[in-house]
Amino acid sequence: MTTFFDRPLEEQIAQWRAYVRGRQALHDPDVEELEGHLRDQLVALTEAGLAGDEAFLVAVKRMGSLDALSREFARVHSERLWKQLVIAPDAPNESANSAHAETLVVLILAVAAAIAIKVPALFGLRLGGGDEAFYARNASLFVLPLLTVYFVWKRGSDVVSGLCLALPFAAGAVFANVFPFRKGSDTEVLSALHLPIALWLAVGFAYVRSRWFADGGRMNFVRFSGELIIYYVLIALGGGVLTGFTLMMFKAIEMNAQWLAQGWLIPCGAMGAVIIGSWLVEAKQSVIENMAPVLTRLFTPLFTVLLLVFLATMAWTGSPINVEREVLIGFDLLLVLVVGLVLYAASARDPQAPPNFFDGLQLLLVVDGVALAAVAARISEFGFTPNRVAALGENLILLVNLAWSAWLYARFLRHRGSFAALERWQIAYLPVYSVWAALVVVMFPPVFGYR
Amino acid sequence: MDMNKDLVAASATPLVLAILAEGDSYGYAIIKRVAELSGGHLHWTDGMLYPVLHRLERQGLVAAKWSASENGRRRKYYRITREGRAQLAAQRQQWQVVDGTLRGIWMKACTA
Repeated sequence: MTTFFDRPLEEQIAQWRAYVRGRQALHDPDVEELEGHLRDQLVALTEAGLAGDEAFLVAVKRMGSLDALSREFARVHSERLWKQLVIAPDAPNESANSAHAETLVVLILAVAAAIAIKVPALFGLRLGGGDEAFYARNASLFVLPLLTVYFVWKRGSDVVSGLCLALPFAAGAVFANVFPFRKGSDTEVLSALHLPIALWLAVGFAYVRSRWFADGGRMNFVRFSGELIIYYVLIALGGGVLTGFTLMMFKAIEMNAQWLAQGWLIPCGAMGAVIIGSWLVEAKQSVIENMAPVLTRLFTPLFTVLLLVFLATMAWTGSPINVEREVLIGFDLLLVLVVGLVLYAASARDPQAPPNFFDGLQLLLVVDGVALAAVAARISEFGFTPNRVAALGENLILLVNLAWSAWLYARFLRHRGSFAALERWQIAYLPVYSVWAALVVVMFPPVFGYR
Repeated sequence: MDMNKDLVAASATPLVLAILAEGDSYGYAIIKRVAELSGGHLHWTDGMLYPVLHRLERQGLVAAKWSASENGRRRKYYRITREGRAQLAAQRQQWQVVDGTLRGIWMKACTA
């Protein structure tokens, strides 16, 4: 047993341990591993004839700078402090953009987004005047390019890559507007729904910059997306309260403020909130620390039970699901949710930890999802309407993802594979969603005759 | 001899994998083995090995297990995986290309 009979040396080791534990990037097992190393080193040094305190000095010196070490640990285990990692520059002297400049840029971009949505009104396209379809098709184009500009600025990307990122948005603008959609057609609705998903990939490229294939780059973007949704919902709640009070107060003095709320407050706020929300996620990280994984933990058991009960009931009664297209879309949304639960559970999990009860629960949920996807694929008759083809395509994409996830989870639980494999699979699959969405935007309208 | 930092970093992965291919090992022993193999020329800051090991573990190239050591404390042992061996073979080829190229040009410089 390498406990040193030298009392002062044990005390020094204890002090060192406490100091190392203070680092956020280092978890207890890491500290234990490092301490084991330190002790091995101390044994070797004392055997070589050094006195206890001399040996301690040498061993600690050889361990290297703790700052550099915890930075390296943070790089490898990016889930531990991903936001700090994104924000903190590598070296302290490299403060690229000061906080003041950032606040200013964010405010300018948020105002620009708010103005952008009002620009079409100058050309006679009015929200609430029969041109809602135009706004729906272009909604993401008012704000996502500005969000991309923010990340290009923040990451200090060069002009060329910035211009490359402009291409998808230009293409999106073309495909959203050149097609002669019939009024209220299905393909138009599909285009409006899928364009943001396709363009989100471009935002992702701006977010991770050159680290798309590097460790943790895309997972950080997944974490960012999840937190942004949560912030956005919170901001929207606040916005709803603001709107409600606006209407009430002006009504009290016999004035109708509906034009203000519907024409300005809601659309401008909805656009600006995307930028502000992103900035909050990037900067105010400690206010709500990683909510998405917490919600995932909370809702995974509930959704698992729901799906189990549903599948059991369906098997018991043998009642076929009514084939309505809304139902199919609804099932797809449920599957998206299951994939989201898997993704966010993976994003917060320490990949090195051994399988635990929660992983078993996740596998159960995924298997339920696979069963549901298979059922949904079977019940839909092959009618050739745009909605049905889109829903079937999405169903298939999610089925493939879930089936392979289930396989990887099962391997992991039986100690045949690592959790990292599952994480890699989820990450590698991300572009598939955007590519499919782009296909729906580009191909569906002409193929289905703008129905 | 002071080695270039980038070179040390780039050689870390193949070195660690190659040492683990000899047999399972743990951090302190790996560092000792590196010093021994390089005749003390290749010097790592001790702590920096651990992030490298954890990255390899994450990539599935090595697997780790905590077990008791001869001194009674828990110790984290690392083992190379099948993917790790494949990666090692690939890296070996790359390094041989670099090595061969440099050798070629230096031989020419000697004979010229």
